[in-house]
Amino acid sequence: MTNQTYRTDSLIAEDIDAYLQAHQHKTMLRFITCGSVDDGKSTLIGRLLYDSKMIFEDQLASLEADSKKLGTQGGNIDFALLVDGLAAEREQGITIDVAYRFFATEKRKFIVADTPGHEQYTRNMVTGASTADLAVILIDARKGVLTQTRRHSYLVHLLGIRHVVLAVNKMDLVGYDEAVFQAIVADYRSFADSIGISDFTAIPISGLAGDNITSTSLQTPWYQGPTLLAHLEQVPLNSTAAQTAPFRMAVQWVNRPNLDFRGFAGLVASGTLRPGDAVRVLPSGKTSKVARIVALGGDKAMAVAGESITLTLTDEIDCSRGQVIVAAQSPLEVADQFETTIVWMDDTEMVPGRAYWLKIGAQTVSATVQAPKYEVNVNTQEHLATKTLDLNAIGVANITTDRDIPFAPYAENSDLGGFILIDKITNRTVAAGMIHFALRRAQNIHWQATEISREDHAAMKNQKPCVLWLTGLSGSGKSTIANVLERKLARMNRHTFLLDGDNVRHGLNKDLGFTEADRVENIRRVGEVAKLMTDAGLIVITAFISPFRSERDMVRAMMQPGEFLEVFVDTPLEHAEARDVKGLYAKARAGVLKNFTGIDSPYEAPEQAEIRIDTTQTTPEQAADMIIARLIP
Amino acid sequence: MTEAPLTHLQRLEAESIHVLREVVAEAENPVMLYSVGKDSAVMLHLARKAFYPAPPPFPLLHVDTTWKFQDMYALRDRAAADAGMQLIVHQNPQALEQGINPFDHGPLHTDMWKTEGLKQALDLHGFDMAFGGARRDEEKSRAKERVFSFRSANHRWDPKNQRPELWRLYNARKAKGESVRVFPISNWTELDIWQYIHLEGIQIVPLYFAAPRPTVTRDGMLLMVDDDRFPLRPGEVPEMRSIRFRTLGCYPLTGAVESQASTLPQVIQEMLLTTTSERQGRAIDHDQAASMEKKKQDGYF
Repeated sequence: MTNQTYRTDSLIAEDIDAYLQAHQHKTMLRFITCGSVDDGKSTLIGRLLYDSKMIFEDQLASLEADSKKLGTQGGNIDFALLVDGLAAEREQGITIDVAYRFFATEKRKFIVADTPGHEQYTRNMVTGASTADLAVILIDARKGVLTQTRRHSYLVHLLGIRHVVLAVNKMDLVGYDEAVFQAIVADYRSFADSIGISDFTAIPISGLAGDNITSTSLQTPWYQGPTLLAHLEQVPLNSTAAQTAPFRMAVQWVNRPNLDFRGFAGLVASGTLRPGDAVRVLPSGKTSKVARIVALGGDKAMAVAGESITLTLTDEIDCSRGQVIVAAQSPLEVADQFETTIVWMDDTEMVPGRAYWLKIGAQTVSATVQAPKYEVNVNTQEHLATKTLDLNAIGVANITTDRDIPFAPYAENSDLGGFILIDKITNRTVAAGMIHFALRRAQNIHWQATEISREDHAAMKNQKPCVLWLTGLSGSGKSTIANVLERKLARMNRHTFLLDGDNVRHGLNKDLGFTEADRVENIRRVGEVAKLMTDAGLIVITAFISPFRSERDMVRAMMQPGEFLEVFVDTPLEHAEARDVKGLYAKARAGVLKNFTGIDSPYEAPEQAEIRIDTTQTTPEQAADMIIARLIP
Repeated sequence: MTEAPLTHLQRLEAESIHVLREVVAEAENPVMLYSVGKDSAVMLHLARKAFYPAPPPFPLLHVDTTWKFQDMYALRDRAAADAGMQLIVHQNPQALEQGINPFDHGPLHTDMWKTEGLKQALDLHGFDMAFGGARRDEEKSRAKERVFSFRSANHRWDPKNQRPELWRLYNARKAKGESVRVFPISNWTELDIWQYIHLEGIQIVPLYFAAPRPTVTRDGMLLMVDDDRFPLRPGEVPEMRSIRFRTLGCYPLTGAVESQASTLPQVIQEMLLTTTSERQGRAIDHDQAASMEKKKQDGYF
């Protein structure tokens, strides 16, 4: 066995009780290592695990066997083999965003986020960095600051990691030359300054030879700083710093075992809390005082940032999951429009204007993302013009939520300013985001309360307003059915209005084309108009292809419950194409017309339409009667 | 007292409780898989803390193989009662009927009792989210495991369809029929588990402590003869040895270690001075390389 540097604490054998006592006071540091396999990242992590005795004999035996078999280190142990094995998994098509490794010293437990992969690097690294207190940026001493060093540093800074270690690795291969080290540090400093990293700790190391990892190297007498491990053991923790900020806690769950107890459970995002403290519930703004901090085994006298607690209030006030309890004297901002940085993580690109679920803290709201102001080139940090964001792209965009949410800028608190976006149909996590600030515009446009209510409008017309949303392929017969339907309703003295796809595109939406993004905006505007018309008490009939499920669901969500009826005009593509009233299919087939639904753009059929009309079996007259039967039972 | 940093165990505890509450807030019908081992004991204790003064608002599910140690059955029933929780015990009826056992049926034993049994139980009760006590440090292939692991309607784990987990934000949304396995103690190590059991005084199965027990040595493993169903081979005579277990499963598949450690600090001491990894005592992992990976795709935990 070579390089045996186990640091077994002698207390373990001599006085286990004293050892346990001492080790109950360890703290925990989470960090991320950034670099490729070529930088010796796996070797470094393997070395940390090995030197802190996290490798058992059986694992060591197979490690030695594998090292000999592969012969990469001339018979010595190849530490990289301890943490690799990811290449094989990649071949099997398994997506790995982050692997987490664990080791501990006498002072701290460490969780290392190891992010493999090159193509998926941004997505993986952002995921790993989101929970890290510190980042180790690895540089190959022979190569210096590279494009990837800049990319890693940019992402580390973007995710708000305050502690950066510049580990200049492979010092053994440059003869432990101080000049090489200093030149790299100077080079990195000027770059770090330019992107806003104000401070970092540079350490000359060799993962392979073990220099300045756990023990001070004799090869670098010119270096007076700490070893990598010593630095990791003493760096201040974010969670401790968060204790000094004002109290904030998102309510995760309301604990109601019986009528006499109502507790609010959550993880304290910042600050400290004691019984008697005045608190405010956001967004409602109601105030109360903390009665108890309840815990199994007895109430607590105090709670601090990072703890999961249950508290009770002295007053019966409304407070549910997603709301945020804060120190009464220093409330959070509440808003519904934000400027954000978004990291796109899905294979399907972002669709500006589409509604996604936005999860922040303990609440999930509906949100739309506007077209990005710009995309950031992660390698050069240049701003690029773009209309959307695709996989691994990072951009700045405004987001509008469907209700007010309490928040803090991400730079202040990641728990209150970091969010994910979820696709409403696939349920995939498609993006991560960070709030910069609220847009004032939201607070300046007040809803004008009108004196004649929507109920008054509907009562005057003696009808229940609704939207009859006809969707289907081009040429399926939507407009024909819509016209017959409106005529029949008019005869029944119903007040209606027909919004037709082609007509709207001549006026309201004449600035829009047929790309996916424009189609989304087209439907959004029609939805808003239809909504105003239902407020006026009208029965609105719409005839739009509206090919995407998520937009139809978006419009459904705008309306009062029960006032949106989706009518699926179901015509097989062959039939619609055979009819081809407007000659559009022929043009699309000839390639003259792009993004034509059913040909080179998808149609997502409704899954739970209120009414389905099979046009191969039904005449327009019968179809209109079916709809009326549903409307006026 | 202000600005005292939380200890690593306090942070791990807070993180696990956060996950437990998140699932209860978002699941329609959650359940906790309870294997009676030390990891399950810690997970159950965390659940009691998370929802106190209410009892944990979900049942415990034990997917039984009928081949667990007798001591495990005893603790299982007591732990559920102490927590004020409903205990559901599921035994795969086909495995029961065919008399599937670890001596005659090899890998089929685990497949039918555990993998199939678990799927049956989840389907039978319509559970959509199930807590499990797996940890990332148990094995190299688990290091990349997510806290929320998504399964298709037929319980398949699709490696391409897992979600990134950022900050403390878990996306628990799923389509009808899909389910999620959730691992609240992902970031705990074996040492963390032992320290926490010590600190919190959590009850665990006595088999974790050394005592004289009847044993035979077979295929390099030290096995305990826990009941008279153990078929002795010609020449095999059970021998009393002072042994304990580092992990617990079906008794014919779980290797013991010779030990004198009869108290918790002694067990931790031995663990810290020991030189073999925890899972080595389990026959199940030796079957083939990357065997956990394969089992997971099949729907085993």
